[in-house]
Amino acid sequence: MASDIATKPPKARRKLNMTPINADADALALAQHVDSATKTYGRGAKIRTKSVKDKKLRANLRSLESKYKDATLQAKGAETLLDHTAGFLEPEHELERTYKVRQDEIREDVGIETAKKRFELRLEGLGPYDVCEYTRNGRDLLIAGRKGHVACMDWRDGKLGCELQLNETIRDGKWLHNNQSFAVAQKKNVYIYARDGVEIHQLKKHVEATHLEFLPYHFLLASVSMAGILRYTDTSTGQMVCELPTRLGPPTSLCQNPYNAILHVGHQNGTVTLWSPNTSTPLVKLLPHHGPVRALSVDRSGRYMVSTGQDRRMSIWDIRTFKELHTHHLRQPGSSISISGRNLTAVGWGTQVSIFKSDIFTHSPDSDIKVPAPYMAWGGEGQMVSKAKFCPFEDILGISHNHGFSSIIVPGSGEPNPDALEPGTNPFETSKQRRETEVHALLQKLQPEMISLDPHFIGNIDLASEEQRKKERDLDTKPEDKVAKLKKKGRGRNSALRRHLRKSGQKNVIDEEKTRARETLRSMDRREMERVKKLKEEYGPALERFARKRY
Amino acid sequence: MKIKALSRSAASAQAPGSNVARLPRNLDPDLHPFERAREYTRALNATKIERMFAQPFLGSFEPGHVDGVYSFAKDPESLEHLASGSGDGVVKVWDLTSREEKWQSQAHDTIVKGMCWTRDKRLITCGSDRTVKMFDPYTTPSKSPPTSTWLGQHAFTSVSHHRLIPSFAAASSNIAIYDTSRASGTPVQTLSWPTTIETINAVAFNQTETSILASCATDRAVILYDLRTSSPLHRNVLTFASNAISWNPMEAFNFAVGSEDHNIYIFDMRNMKRSLNVLKGHVAAVMSVDFSPTGEELISGSYDRTIRIWERAKGHSRDIYHTKRMQRVFSVAWSPDNNYVLSGSDDGNIRLWRAKASDRQGVKSFALRQKLQYDDALKERYKHMPEIRRIARHRHVPKQVMKAEEIKKEELKAIKRREENERKHTKKGRVRRKAEREKMVLAREQ
Repeated sequence: MASDIATKPPKARRKLNMTPINADADALALAQHVDSATKTYGRGAKIRTKSVKDKKLRANLRSLESKYKDATLQAKGAETLLDHTAGFLEPEHELERTYKVRQDEIREDVGIETAKKRFELRLEGLGPYDVCEYTRNGRDLLIAGRKGHVACMDWRDGKLGCELQLNETIRDGKWLHNNQSFAVAQKKNVYIYARDGVEIHQLKKHVEATHLEFLPYHFLLASVSMAGILRYTDTSTGQMVCELPTRLGPPTSLCQNPYNAILHVGHQNGTVTLWSPNTSTPLVKLLPHHGPVRALSVDRSGRYMVSTGQDRRMSIWDIRTFKELHTHHLRQPGSSISISGRNLTAVGWGTQVSIFKSDIFTHSPDSDIKVPAPYMAWGGEGQMVSKAKFCPFEDILGISHNHGFSSIIVPGSGEPNPDALEPGTNPFETSKQRRETEVHALLQKLQPEMISLDPHFIGNIDLASEEQRKKERDLDTKPEDKVAKLKKKGRGRNSALRRHLRKSGQKNVIDEEKTRARETLRSMDRREMERVKKLKEEYGPALERFARKRY
Repeated sequence: MKIKALSRSAASAQAPGSNVARLPRNLDPDLHPFERAREYTRALNATKIERMFAQPFLGSFEPGHVDGVYSFAKDPESLEHLASGSGDGVVKVWDLTSREEKWQSQAHDTIVKGMCWTRDKRLITCGSDRTVKMFDPYTTPSKSPPTSTWLGQHAFTSVSHHRLIPSFAAASSNIAIYDTSRASGTPVQTLSWPTTIETINAVAFNQTETSILASCATDRAVILYDLRTSSPLHRNVLTFASNAISWNPMEAFNFAVGSEDHNIYIFDMRNMKRSLNVLKGHVAAVMSVDFSPTGEELISGSYDRTIRIWERAKGHSRDIYHTKRMQRVFSVAWSPDNNYVLSGSDDGNIRLWRAKASDRQGVKSFALRQKLQYDDALKERYKHMPEIRRIARHRHVPKQVMKAEEIKKEELKAIKRREENERKHTKKGRVRRKAEREKMVLAREQ
């Protein structure tokens, strides 16, 4: 804030200096409070009401602005009502390192209830477990092995929902909008199962899906197939929304941006493409790696994307500006990334999992430390990590590997205060609440057309000109051929084509249009000469002087 | 090493022994993505629900009149009584809550043209049989004779009672002020514009600035009188004759005039050069106008068999009400509690409508009230969005009205085009454009 004051224009500073010192401190504290409130709870830049000339509009905007300000301050004030504070893991002296702390040490230091959340599932022989998914409220867990073993459970109470042996390759699995159903990408199709293991749907159109993603607010299940086709299905109606060929071969990873519901697809050639169901081409193409992109993840505020590639690099991108923030080396290619509610990043590579603090997003590329020290580490005991996933609203990281599943405690990873009224994110949801939430969520289902890089575009004034809009309306129209149009516009010395050539700027600048115009003119001349010649023959020697050029 | 990990007990969500789950909130915007899109969806749903609940017609009063209903009178002292006068001279008083007839009488031989209530709850009626009669519906039984009668020289068209003193104005070719406390049958005062003898269509006392009186006549004039000087103040000649006048109860200097040219004009009596607003939408003459008690809205009944509800400051109607059997509407009234409107039409029925078509009057729970308020705020915020605007504006309109609208639009366009052509071919500045709000004022006299 001090630096903020210093950068203010001198006029404002003079005003501050004029007030007595005590009042100054109060005002500063108040300004600081307002500043921090608008930073977290504000809704964009203020409208400058002073420059609005219309009296009525100005008054309306002013009252609106003051309402916004009140709302932000009240939201800030409501922070005192938050129940819980985040966990932490802090060294007490310089020689201690947080990444050296082992799970059994943590278990001894935390309460019994939390310690119970650390567990191992030994599932030998059922193959590498590629799928480990938590529901959005973190209460239920879905794990699936590559050889066809699927299990869903209420992991805190240890209640098994269902256990299936599908006897088919499983490539991916995802919970749908609540813990009542989940989708599994099997060898050929995607299937939807109820919580008790009953197969509800077979999505025949989702052929050979390798990765699945579910957009909870839009009720869209997206899959990307072996052939590189991205498909969206509306799970509330069962209708296929669109099929988008990526044209970049078999995809290697898929993730969604929870801020704007854009899908990020990683490809074999190191590119990451950003997709919405509304365009047939990717919105953005990024090149974070020099080999297949193994894993992708975006943080919940939609600012940062973390990716790992076969080139053994881990790169962090700012996806608001589409710039790489920094990249560093891993000893083995990272197979899985997860970003927690408080922006901790877990990367699974080889047999290990490293967890980085949120300062890797602000890590300066110019600093001396090239490879940031992890916050925590796990593994190295012979199990190949295939998926790591943070449990929402808990300090838990779920890791599935070739020997089963491990749930480890990562203090400080989970968002401590869930919002009970946000659909699907209440960890203590009762079944009645769940049913009610489902109805409300369906009523407020967002349309696929609302997916865009900027999720707040709805309600904004479309500033594109009429011309631009017309262009967007019919993208398939052929561009207007200027030369052809001029060609039709009469002949003669002052024909439109001739005049165009005369007036179209420098003679020594040659472009395609000009050469075409010249050629057309020449051919027109040639045709005219031929006509004269023909006429002369027709008229005979006596009358041939009447056969003349028309211009 | 300092270690702390999250632990939320189930008791923090629901106290042991209680069956009420706590609903902790966290207003962090990151936990609530797609805020705009979700709000918009809610606004769209709210708009759709509003249109689904829009059922304006409540019922008609039974038994209705045998002839058309040509006049209404709201009792200023009572919320639940309304008097209606019909073409066969019968006057009925209705109870609005039970929708039953309370009192009736054969007041006149011919059509009852105007009615009003006195401050001591008696009913004054006037008819084209050249009489004004006073009844006492609250104390006398039905079909009882009038308590007093005044005879005039011409057919009376309209009456209006003074707010404070026991006298009323009755309009024929001039305006006669009678005193109800006197026995004599002659008017205490007569008011008229010196040069006119045309029939006056409507007369209305201002209820706040009590000695001001407005009238409109078949010679297209709107005239303001002052009782204190017993002289006319101001005369505006409009392009067409007006049929009805209503003073704004909250802004006492404004009044609305329903005109034969299908429009309603709102005038400020302090500046009659131009109207404050022109309400366009009807496709036939406006027969009756009434302000809501809040002064924010108006209702109008028209010869095109529809009634329209207007917001005072907006140009187009907020809503249009019609039924298959409702004929030309000659009288409308806005109920004094602001929740209902009434219409009396040529088919002899008096109909009761909701003032807001989707509103419900029952007792609402706090949650429901909160929801409705939230929905209103959302609708207001997103009303400019094309889809929401389309749904909110959509009304089913009778085919005849639709067709008439089309034809009218075409004709108006032709007139405008002609004017523009004329303007194009005359010297610049000779034919000036006139503001739409000034167009109808042909002449002013003071």
